[in-house]
Amino acid sequence: MAEKNDDKQTDVNQSLSNSDETTNSSSNEGISRRTFIKNTGLVAGGVVGGGVLGGVLGNQWFAGTDTETAGEAETDGESNNFQEARMFFSRDEDFNILNAAVERIFPEDENGPGAIALGVPYFIDKQLAGSWGLNAKEYMRGPFQEGEPEQGYQSRMRRNELFIVGLRRINEVSEEQWQEKFVDIEIEQQDEVLMAFDNGDVEMKGASSALFFSLLRNVTLEGVYSDPLYGGNRNMEGWRMKEYPGAQPAYINVIEDEEFIETEPLSLRDHH
Amino acid sequence: MPEQLDKVEVLVVGSGWAGGIVSAEMAKEGYDVVCLERGEEKSVEDYMHVKDELRFTSRHEMMQDLSSETVTSRHKRNITALPVRMQDDMNVGNDVGGGSVHWSGVTFRFLPYDFEIHTQTVDRYGEEKIPEGMTIQDWGISYEELEPYYDRFEKTAGISGEPNPLGPDRSDDYPNPPMVETPNIRLFRDAAENLGNHTYMLPAANSTTNYENPDGQNVAQCQYCAFCSAYGCDYGAKGDPIVTVLATAEETGNFELRAKSNVRRVNYDGEKATGVIYEDATTGIEYEQPADVVVLGAFTFTNTRLLLLSEIGTPYNPDTVEGVIGKNFTGHFLSKYGAVAFFNDRKFNLHMGAGALGAGFDDYAGDYIDHTDLDFLHGGEVEIRQYGDGPIDNNAVPEGTPNWGQEFKEKSLYYTNRNLRVHFQVGTLPWSFNYLDLDPTYKDQYGDPLLRVTNEYTDQDRNLMSYGVEVCREVAEEMGADIVDAEEISEEFDNTFTGGHYAGGVIMGDDPETSAVNNYLQMWDAENLFVVGASAFPHFGNYNPTGTVGALAYRAAEGIEEYLNNGGGQLVSSKNSTQKA
Ligand SMILES: Cc1cc2nc3c(=O)[nH]c(=O)nc-3n(C[C@H](O)[C@H](O)[C@H](O)COP(=O)(O)OP(=O)(O)OC[C@H]3O[C@@H](n4cnc5c(N)ncnc54)[C@H](O)[C@@H]3O)c2cc1C
Ligand code: SF4
Repeated sequence: MAEKNDDKQTDVNQSLSNSDETTNSSSNEGISRRTFIKNTGLVAGGVVGGGVLGGVLGNQWFAGTDTETAGEAETDGESNNFQEARMFFSRDEDFNILNAAVERIFPEDENGPGAIALGVPYFIDKQLAGSWGLNAKEYMRGPFQEGEPEQGYQSRMRRNELFIVGLRRINEVSEEQWQEKFVDIEIEQQDEVLMAFDNGDVEMKGASSALFFSLLRNVTLEGVYSDPLYGGNRNMEGWRMKEYPGAQPAYINVIEDEEFIETEPLSLRDHH
Repeated sequence: MPEQLDKVEVLVVGSGWAGGIVSAEMAKEGYDVVCLERGEEKSVEDYMHVKDELRFTSRHEMMQDLSSETVTSRHKRNITALPVRMQDDMNVGNDVGGGSVHWSGVTFRFLPYDFEIHTQTVDRYGEEKIPEGMTIQDWGISYEELEPYYDRFEKTAGISGEPNPLGPDRSDDYPNPPMVETPNIRLFRDAAENLGNHTYMLPAANSTTNYENPDGQNVAQCQYCAFCSAYGCDYGAKGDPIVTVLATAEETGNFELRAKSNVRRVNYDGEKATGVIYEDATTGIEYEQPADVVVLGAFTFTNTRLLLLSEIGTPYNPDTVEGVIGKNFTGHFLSKYGAVAFFNDRKFNLHMGAGALGAGFDDYAGDYIDHTDLDFLHGGEVEIRQYGDGPIDNNAVPEGTPNWGQEFKEKSLYYTNRNLRVHFQVGTLPWSFNYLDLDPTYKDQYGDPLLRVTNEYTDQDRNLMSYGVEVCREVAEEMGADIVDAEEISEEFDNTFTGGHYAGGVIMGDDPETSAVNNYLQMWDAENLFVVGASAFPHFGNYNPTGTVGALAYRAAEGIEEYLNNGGGQLVSSKNSTQKA
């Protein structure tokens, strides 16, 4: 029997407020940041970069020391995520579909948080509002022609338009197939709907459903694993799950070790 | 009407390795040099505190902004080429230092075989071994002639490396010792050696010492920081034009770098280039910059496109196989394939690394294997790399795993530090039907036609690559992996241009009928126009291009000096000079 997932996904706000206690408070300059700067001195302070200096300074680095406290700062201090509001999505319904979909792509499990708890929907909202969503650095001149699959993205839609079309189409498919909105169906049913998009089986206006789904899938992983400065990977939990140490300055002293080295992650906030 | 500027002696377009080396050499000789670069001005400071995978690897911060210009592309001759619209599919350098800053730094030499590929193929296998339509030709220079220039480039960039047991003769060792051998690299080397291969640490522009190059520039010691390929180096530890040749040029006092200067045409009077037309991208003002010598070092695509737009040289015609500009386009498009080894009980520190950290072997390279009974020519280099994997990019899962959802999450987390990839970098041979020309439909920001790429895979490519994937699979199995997935080769070219290995269009040779430039990269049709870069490769050897780009740039600089000192003229008499005249 499929587990009903109402509590997690139909009420996104509920889910988000539940995770507040572990949420990063980025305006709080915690102890770890000061410790970080003190212990790592010149590198963090911004002197490294020119010629000979780099090599000498690099030797002061030892991944795994000086940074153990970096994670603590994320939890001390008050909850303060003013950035968890929407810049792009205007309708709740669209955003709720997004929430449900990304949680299926990267679900919460015994390994750790899923996409929602990691802030991925807000990450995607910001990405869609910015240059990526607007295809600002892509070639968007006509004429637009479909071309062969090997010829890649040929849609005249910008990514943020494509997302609105795609997300609403998810709901339509869900209603056609299960007579319920996407957020209200069981997770197995959600998976089936998404699978149809992934396989390119859904008719979609202006682009293939497979193209839309691959963008959605990739941007979800980006939200899980990019630096928390973008609003996802909340509290660096995505990195911790992956045993990824973030933006470390150097590995010269440890790279030859036989053993796997676990290192508390550093974010870019710790670099400034 | 463009605004007229005062004439300069040497005008260089593009500030990567190609343009940077020529700029430095000519400025050192006392010539006035101006270098025009379309992108932003950059320094090492720009690369500090930006260890940001999303911004650089996923969003291509350092790559060409396609909203103003891209290429169109097709994988079959008889379909309409369409624009490559997405940055994910098109990675070309854009700012000061170009792709030569965000490169990974593996710095190879091509094989003696490459430079005489036609002669050696005919000698060993007979003319009939070359399939109909394959346009391999000799380069008009031998490895021995180019060797001193390779040596110079390796010393300028501060290459770290060790002798390659199967490599061609060298006049000197690498200037720096090899990079460190990590446990996973050792595992690969042991396995490959067990199978009878001859491995070596890859030659790397990530410097292993605090190095001073012959021009007095410092390249710092690499910190194995992992944010390397697709990034600039915040330590100044990657041999790139910013910390070496551009700094050298600057110090002479004879050099001016004009960033945000987009070159649109080379002016040509039928015999010589008289200068270039460019737009200052900040003001929109157009300038005409006259020069005694014009050097194009603006990468394969722009080099070819500027000549076509400026109507210099005869455009290549795939139907008659006549003409030269646009001919013999090749790229390492198939080199993305290999085999992935998954380990259930071993973990590696894959998040640590450097762009060129790795090892390889050449037992299947070039013509080392006997091709008599094989259905392809050329070969490949087998390698393992440790770039320093980012968590967005590294989500390898064994074949059969879905690529999203709970199982994907579970397996991608589990195998993050338990997957090693062995891949095969293929020699890519030219065909009469693979070429560059101007697109009939699509335009750039100014309304000028885009460059059109026609690139069709052939059985040669698929057979060679399948052979290579098999070699990779064998090594991966010997490494003791629990699961080995040999990657499936796509049937058709997918019209993506990632990785920066594209060549041809303005190829070198000893015959103006079949080549555009001589072995100084001087144009047969314009004696004061030198076209520098991988655009000059008549085919793609099975190694990364930049070592050869650097060597050819030193060769070109020597030619330009000779040209200016001797009052002009062609530096090489052409094989077909009577026909030409
Ligand atoms: C991610 C990545 C990794 C790579 N790793 C390796 C590697 O490990 N080993 C290797 O050998 N190669 C590697 N390469 C390839 C390498 O980057 C190129 O071979 C090398 O940089 C070519 O040097 P170049 O000077 O010819 O071109 P570039 O360095 O790209 O310089 C060309 C310059 O010309 C400028 N330009 C272009 N058009 C115009 C115009 N119209 N007007 C004015 N300026 C213009 C560009 O902005 C650019 O700055 C890599 C490439 C990429 C993308
Ligand atoms: S890996 Fe080495 S060369 Fe590459 S960016 Fe880091 S320090 Fe520089």
